[in-house]
Amino acid sequence: MEDFRSEIKKMSMSEFFPAIVHMKSDGWRLSQICATCIPGGYEMSYSFCRDYDMVTLRIEPGENEEVASITQIYPCAFIQESEAAELFGVKICNIKPDYRNGIYRIDEETPFRDKE
Amino acid sequence: MGKISKSPWLLHYDASSCNGCDIEVLDCLTPKYDIERFGIINTGDPFQADIFLITGGVNSQTADVVKQIYSQMPEPKVVVAVGICACTGGVFKDCYNIKGGIDTVIPVDVYVPGCAARPESIIDGVVKALAVLDKKHADMESKERKQGLWKTSEVK
Amino acid sequence: MPNRSIIPFGPQHPVLPEPVHLDLVLKDEIVEEAIPSIGFIHRGLEKLVKKRDYKQYTYIAERVCGICSCGHGLGYCLAVEQVMNIEVPDRAKYLRTIWMEMSRVHSHLLWLGLLGDAMGFESLHMESWRLREKILDMFDETTGGRIIHSVNQVGGVQRDMDFAMLNGILHAVDDIEREMKPLVRTFLHDYSVQTRLKGVGVLSADEAVSLGAVGPMLRASGVDYDARKLGVCAYGDLEFEPAVSKDGDSFARCEVRLNEIFQSFSLIKQAINKIPQGDINVPVKGNPEGEAFIRIEQPRGEAVYYVKGDGSKYLDRFRLRTPTTSNIPPMVSLLRGSQLADVPLIILTIDPCISCTER
Repeated sequence: MEDFRSEIKKMSMSEFFPAIVHMKSDGWRLSQICATCIPGGYEMSYSFCRDYDMVTLRIEPGENEEVASITQIYPCAFIQESEAAELFGVKICNIKPDYRNGIYRIDEETPFRDKE
Repeated sequence: MGKISKSPWLLHYDASSCNGCDIEVLDCLTPKYDIERFGIINTGDPFQADIFLITGGVNSQTADVVKQIYSQMPEPKVVVAVGICACTGGVFKDCYNIKGGIDTVIPVDVYVPGCAARPESIIDGVVKALAVLDKKHADMESKERKQGLWKTSEVK
Repeated sequence: MPNRSIIPFGPQHPVLPEPVHLDLVLKDEIVEEAIPSIGFIHRGLEKLVKKRDYKQYTYIAERVCGICSCGHGLGYCLAVEQVMNIEVPDRAKYLRTIWMEMSRVHSHLLWLGLLGDAMGFESLHMESWRLREKILDMFDETTGGRIIHSVNQVGGVQRDMDFAMLNGILHAVDDIEREMKPLVRTFLHDYSVQTRLKGVGVLSADEAVSLGAVGPMLRASGVDYDARKLGVCAYGDLEFEPAVSKDGDSFARCEVRLNEIFQSFSLIKQAINKIPQGDINVPVKGNPEGEAFIRIEQPRGEAVYYVKGDGSKYLDRFRLRTPTTSNIPPMVSLLRGSQLADVPLIILTIDPCISCTER
């Protein structure tokens, strides 16, 4: 298990999108997207796998900061991005395809968000 | 034994359970437990069902579906809550999206415990439900007779 | 003039035991677009991590899904163990591997049965489920539960298997292996099965990778990736090659799962032959602090577990990316252009686990 790479790279919001484009051209596939609430905002982790290696890119958007959707580059991201947007309230813009009513059918809005 | 309880038809719905009880319900219908030998058939159509087997706690989405299926079933009907989540909410009780047991939405006649409920106890629950079904059927008939909806001599 | 209509598929649907829901946009009989929605079994389990301490949460993790319960418990424990730097005894690793492979056999047999049911081939359905009972009996004997086992705990496993139990598993495996043969013949060579499955829902290797397919879905398209090769538990000591098929259609997915059942038999036998003596768990002290990503191969594909702890007994965040979540984008793409009558079959071939997806 130790033979395979698994690292977490923190980066700023401006570095993020070019890094995603780079991952795609390098042949990494999207493994998972995870949102976590931290004080004053969110922590978004995007994990990618190539063969058996795994790299996680991490950004920390503020509470009202917009994050660009990566669905233009990784179309399959829509379901996990919707999850982050609908359950946590992360402001992800331009998710494609755009299911206007959302994928999650729940009564409560952004239930996973930490409420003060 | 009444006419319906000799060959009751089951309807199964998963109202947000973990799947464990659902596959055990299906297990009852397959060769090892095989409740078809008692004349019990699984149906997908609420309009044809007599017994409603329901698993899992109810959440905001399934509450309406459960009510709708229940209202589509013809009288007399019996509801069996399978598994501890269907009875009380079980391990999921504290989840923000879970309302609690099935009885928060529709009346339940038989409660089957277990996490996941074993096929033996599900069969037990169904057999208990048959007695309830018979009683409901008899009550309905005598009520209809009293109201004079049918004349006994003509039926026999 | 073609007629466009939108029909809801599910939540209560005869083919699937679970409430899957899709809105299908149809042009006459052809599906133009399938719109997934989630929420009929959404319970919010990831949030429960703040109300249950990290040892209790193992039981919640197992109840994410009743079919994959063994794997979810294992994945969660592995993630917490990695955060807390716990080295699990070797015997526990082997026991975990054996239970994991048994649950793969049970899950694949269940799927084969549902496939038979979806095709209207009832005898295949009944036969697959009859064989599956033998595995469930062994689960019952070794763990005390038929489908929810609660054997994994942080630091090892809760129960040991004695010689008689291991022997019993070997016998059960031999029995199923022998009785599987006619079943395999029917699934792979029967005319009616082939007409329903061949060429239906074709996913190319490139599409599979770019749409993020995992597990048998990915391998059926010819991509050689199996998270067990990461060597978690005892998989590093055992010999196996990922089951791969080329065509990418529903038939290939069926073939991959059939081959995986036999692969699991071989893994169970190897593990039972090699299992060392010793402790089955280590005492766990303190609380998790830090974070970890863990990948394991569930019967339905690669699942990712993420745990983040802040040193208190309640975890900060637990994230579970289930295989079906990843398989929904390829499924939506496969449904586009398919015939309405093939929709249940295509949905079934991704082996959807809705409880997992919605959590």
